Amino acid sequence: MTVFVCVCFHFSISDNIKLLIDRPDGTYCFRLHRDRVYYVSEELMKKAGNVARENLLSFGTCFGKFTKTKKFRLHVTALDYLAPYAKYKVWLKPSAEQQFLYGHHVMKSGLGRITEATAKYQGVIVYSMSDMPLGFGVAAKSTQECRHADTMTIVVFHQADIGEYIRNEEALT
Amino acid sequence: MGRKRPLDKTPSGPGRKHKKQEDPGAAPEQKKRKRLKVKAGAVLEKKKSKKPLPVEEPDSDSSEELADEFPEEGVAAVSAGSDDSDQDILLPIEKKAKKQKKQQDEDDRLAEEELQTNLAATETIVLPSGQELAPDLTIIRQRIRDVQFVLADFKARRQEGKSRSDYLNQLRQDLCTYYSYNEFLMGKLMDLFPTELETFLNANEEPRPMTIRTNSLKTRRRDLAQALINRGVNLDPIKWSKVGLVIYSTEVPPGATPEYLAGHYMLQGASSFLPVMALAPQENERILDMCSAPGGKTTYIAALMKNTGCLFANDANPDRAKAIVSNVHRMGVHNTVICSYDGRVFPKIMHGFDRVLLDAPCSGTGVISKDPEVKMSKDEKDIQRCAHLQKELIAAAIDCCDAKSKTGGYIVYSTCSIMVEENEGVIDYALRTRNVRLVPTGLDFGQSGFVNFQQQRYHPSMKLTKRFYPHQHNLDGFFVAKLQKLPGEKHAPPKEKTQTPENGKPASAKSSAAKGKGKTNSQPGGGKTNSKPGSGKTKSKPGSGKTTPAGQTQAKSPKAKATPKGILKKKK
Repeated sequence: MTVFVCVCFHFSISDNIKLLIDRPDGTYCFRLHRDRVYYVSEELMKKAGNVARENLLSFGTCFGKFTKTKKFRLHVTALDYLAPYAKYKVWLKPSAEQQFLYGHHVMKSGLGRITEATAKYQGVIVYSMSDMPLGFGVAAKSTQECRHADTMTIVVFHQADIGEYIRNEEALT
Repeated sequence: MGRKRPLDKTPSGPGRKHKKQEDPGAAPEQKKRKRLKVKAGAVLEKKKSKKPLPVEEPDSDSSEELADEFPEEGVAAVSAGSDDSDQDILLPIEKKAKKQKKQQDEDDRLAEEELQTNLAATETIVLPSGQELAPDLTIIRQRIRDVQFVLADFKARRQEGKSRSDYLNQLRQDLCTYYSYNEFLMGKLMDLFPTELETFLNANEEPRPMTIRTNSLKTRRRDLAQALINRGVNLDPIKWSKVGLVIYSTEVPPGATPEYLAGHYMLQGASSFLPVMALAPQENERILDMCSAPGGKTTYIAALMKNTGCLFANDANPDRAKAIVSNVHRMGVHNTVICSYDGRVFPKIMHGFDRVLLDAPCSGTGVISKDPEVKMSKDEKDIQRCAHLQKELIAAAIDCCDAKSKTGGYIVYSTCSIMVEENEGVIDYALRTRNVRLVPTGLDFGQSGFVNFQQQRYHPSMKLTKRFYPHQHNLDGFFVAKLQKLPGEKHAPPKEKTQTPENGKPASAKSSAAKGKGKTNSQPGGGKTNSKPGSGKTKSKPGSGKTTPAGQTQAKSPKAKATPKGILKKKK
């Protein structure tokens, strides 16, 4: 739980964390299963309790996992829930979309738009210009710095992108 | 298979020999006429410059050309000169015309002779001795046609002393060689398609069109189509589905567009929409997808449930089940529990589902265009082993289902096989051993299932099941049946079966086998992907106190054990 709060702070959605737990369609909770954190409705969780631990592969939505060194690593699968609540966003030009989906950082040249007053090292959600969430990362420069940056400087560090669904299928599960 | 490509392009109909016969008549005539013109010009020139000379003069270029094209012209000219009395009166051009006429006659005569010999060959079709090496595909093709021609009116056209089965055997062998099937499968197909076999086989050689399914949780079909068209994809909606799109051509790989990665669509054969449409999942239900990898149907079910209720996706193979996890997350499905059990033990884990989808692992005979290996690799034992596993799975699926469910109580059984044993045979088993009945699938196209097939006689309601064929519907070969579970146990297990069991095994052998081997604990090797060796043995059918002899209809266990594991193919 605390981990998730950290995640929320990371994306500055702490105001919205209540929305994730208390939802109009029933209570949701976070569950740890095989070092992975799942966000799941209580009802579904109870039903999943029927399945033996070693046979249960996934339930609800996987948010991320704990590494062997006990650090929490957010997975791209959490994007669906993070995107609507995140405050800071970055939009990519169509030419830079593909670059990002192959796991590269975002250059200034590929930057379409960025939320005002994004601080440096702030977690951001990366969108395409057609408002499709593509992944998330960390702002390498604040909005102010971005304005004056060179075209080849990195403005967003890559953390996760939806290209991982094919690149990295094994690690997601 | 590759070598068949060019053959397909040759126009069907008269065939190679026919063309050969026609050619000498038509084409050379034209050629000659052209040459005549050239020569005429040359000769006229000569006439102006010198006195007319006899044709045999060696220096003129026209005669050289002549010799080029007609090697035997010199001889012919000499003979013409000798027996023609008024040779010197004729102009050279006339002489040439005469020669040509003669040549033409000769050609015609030869052509006629060849025609006669060919006719003679077709009139009595001699079956080969079986000693031939290196078969010629064109000859085989011709022979297939010939044998079919004979079989169409067997009495009148047969060769003396040859029976119908001789012809059928020959036809089967030839078809096997030509389309590279094994004899067992070809025999089965010949039984299934007495009349339209060839169209079916040809349809198997061509790939089905690529289709995608819109994820209605994330986007609408129109928006998706627009987005893809902007990326240079040429597509069209599928008429009978609200979410299907068929892709004709594309400039980008459809499995790697940002839309695909964002979960806006799924690459999925059009045939795999059908079982989900038949299942007709409702919101807030509890649904089980028993053999769900790689998750195409699962995500479709979840989309129809609008992410409500509870969906269990199971697959026996944990590695394949990983693909479900990935797809489910990509498509934004949140109501799914993914687990990896042998489907046969699932009723012990959980039951009381409103609807169950069983897309059973099968021999894959409906998807030969996708996986041509099936042509050669399947034999009797594989089919029997598939059917056995399917019978166990459908029993488990029915046991998982809740008959008293307010909205459901339905089980949909589907395979991508077209074998009767794996389809109607399995449904028949379910009808005999469980308290279920067939209900309409809700699909308004497709052929109805077989009520009678060869010596098999099934329940009349079997016509409610649906079959789909590559050559008729341009879908993968597919079978869909929808069952409704009725409350209560089925009492009085059928004592004797009226129909003769397949493979000519007498009915008594079945039940005696059941008695001899005990109830259900002699499943051969635990089946396909049995991760836990014990699971096959400890299996008992919950909810069925009675002994079910039909569980033992299939292959004797030692035989099945000898065959390698993992030969069964789960459709992708």
